[in-house]
Amino acid sequence: MTATLYGLVLAGGRSRRMQRDKAGLEYDGRAQLARAVELLTPLVSRCFVSVRGDQQDDPQRAAYATIADRLGELGPIGGIHAAQQEHPQAAWLVLACDLPFLDAATLQQLIAARAPQRLASAFRSSHDGKPEPLCAIYEPASAPAIAAWIAAGNKCPRSFLAQADALLLDLHSPAALDNINTPEEYQQARARLGGGGSRSLRPLKVRYFALLREQAGRGEEALQSAAATPRELYAELQARHGLKLAPEFLRVAVNDDFGSWSQSLEAGDTVAFLPPVAGG
Amino acid sequence: MGRFRLQDTPIVADARGARLTDPANGGYVSFEGWVRDHNEGRAVRRLEYEAMSGLAEREGERIIAEACARFGVAHAVCVHRVGGLEIGEMAVWVGVAGGHRDEAFRACRYIIDEVKHRVPIWKKEHYEHGDSGWVNCERCATHAHDHDHRHDTPHAHGS
Repeated sequence: MTATLYGLVLAGGRSRRMQRDKAGLEYDGRAQLARAVELLTPLVSRCFVSVRGDQQDDPQRAAYATIADRLGELGPIGGIHAAQQEHPQAAWLVLACDLPFLDAATLQQLIAARAPQRLASAFRSSHDGKPEPLCAIYEPASAPAIAAWIAAGNKCPRSFLAQADALLLDLHSPAALDNINTPEEYQQARARLGGGGSRSLRPLKVRYFALLREQAGRGEEALQSAAATPRELYAELQARHGLKLAPEFLRVAVNDDFGSWSQSLEAGDTVAFLPPVAGG
Repeated sequence: MGRFRLQDTPIVADARGARLTDPANGGYVSFEGWVRDHNEGRAVRRLEYEAMSGLAEREGERIIAEACARFGVAHAVCVHRVGGLEIGEMAVWVGVAGGHRDEAFRACRYIIDEVKHRVPIWKKEHYEHGDSGWVNCERCATHAHDHDHRHDTPHAHGS
């Protein structure tokens, strides 16, 4: 019989590289912990937030049903372990809270393809092909294996999945599990998601030349963007098209004359990012 | 017709046709840039130039105006090719005429130097083994280098 699916959003991390609590980072004006819980809740029977013992009174987390780590600071695998101990009959759809690009379709893909007779169902990373442990379903039968994995001194949930009997799926949407760990990645993600919260989308035109034209795969495009400046727009386009030129090597042109990275963009502006020139 | 032009047909360096002749001019200096068969130790088979045309013409015109004002020459033109070029073809021509040779030489040198550094024109080299590269761009990738490395390519952007 297939075990009932519960949801677990992991929010117990230390956010060391981000230098602020990741759970509270906002996209479109909503904290990412809230976004993750809202995404997961309709898809599972019950949804919990995994926290460290010292976070149980944190107001942002206390708004949800929480499960506190039992074994000290083990990171994500400690959160999974605590949930399995608390509700051993359940299968757990475990989700990191720092996945700003995750969408319901990706979770539905995982649930639809779930293999309940195996220990876990997960995606393959679109970056390195290894299992993605923090957007995955752990069946009840995986609990003893995870407990043994921890008892043997291991912490890495990715390594656990790599050696476990797990179903691995290819993502329909390859960027859905890109996570963010640094302030720079946060700014890029906000730009990519049309980020300032209250800012609305405006029509802009972008022109590409030379190496950037080849990397973008187009000479120009019309788009809707919330980017306030060419700097924000370039971060958005870098993420969308995989542009590999660093902005410090580029010049900006707005409406057919040179511009600055920090000037305000208006609806209808045409923006070009100019690679290093080589006339003559 | 502007004093800075882009064209996709062969350049004819014609001082008279470009109206550089004037009874007050005592000297005429020109520079022709030709497509070379090698660059940075690699054998080059052919080139492509790409330009952002409106801005290139505007910036080129600014450079010529600066040269005329700074060196006191009356007449200057610059024509730059775009599109595909074969080895030996003329890629750029600068023609300057003035009262005396000294200001004409200096203005000509100023124009070609500034055009190379400021005008949005890009050059793609096609090499003997079939690969290709955008000159000055290939070392500008994100995360592809350490910080020291960034300074060994002169990416002068403007004055």
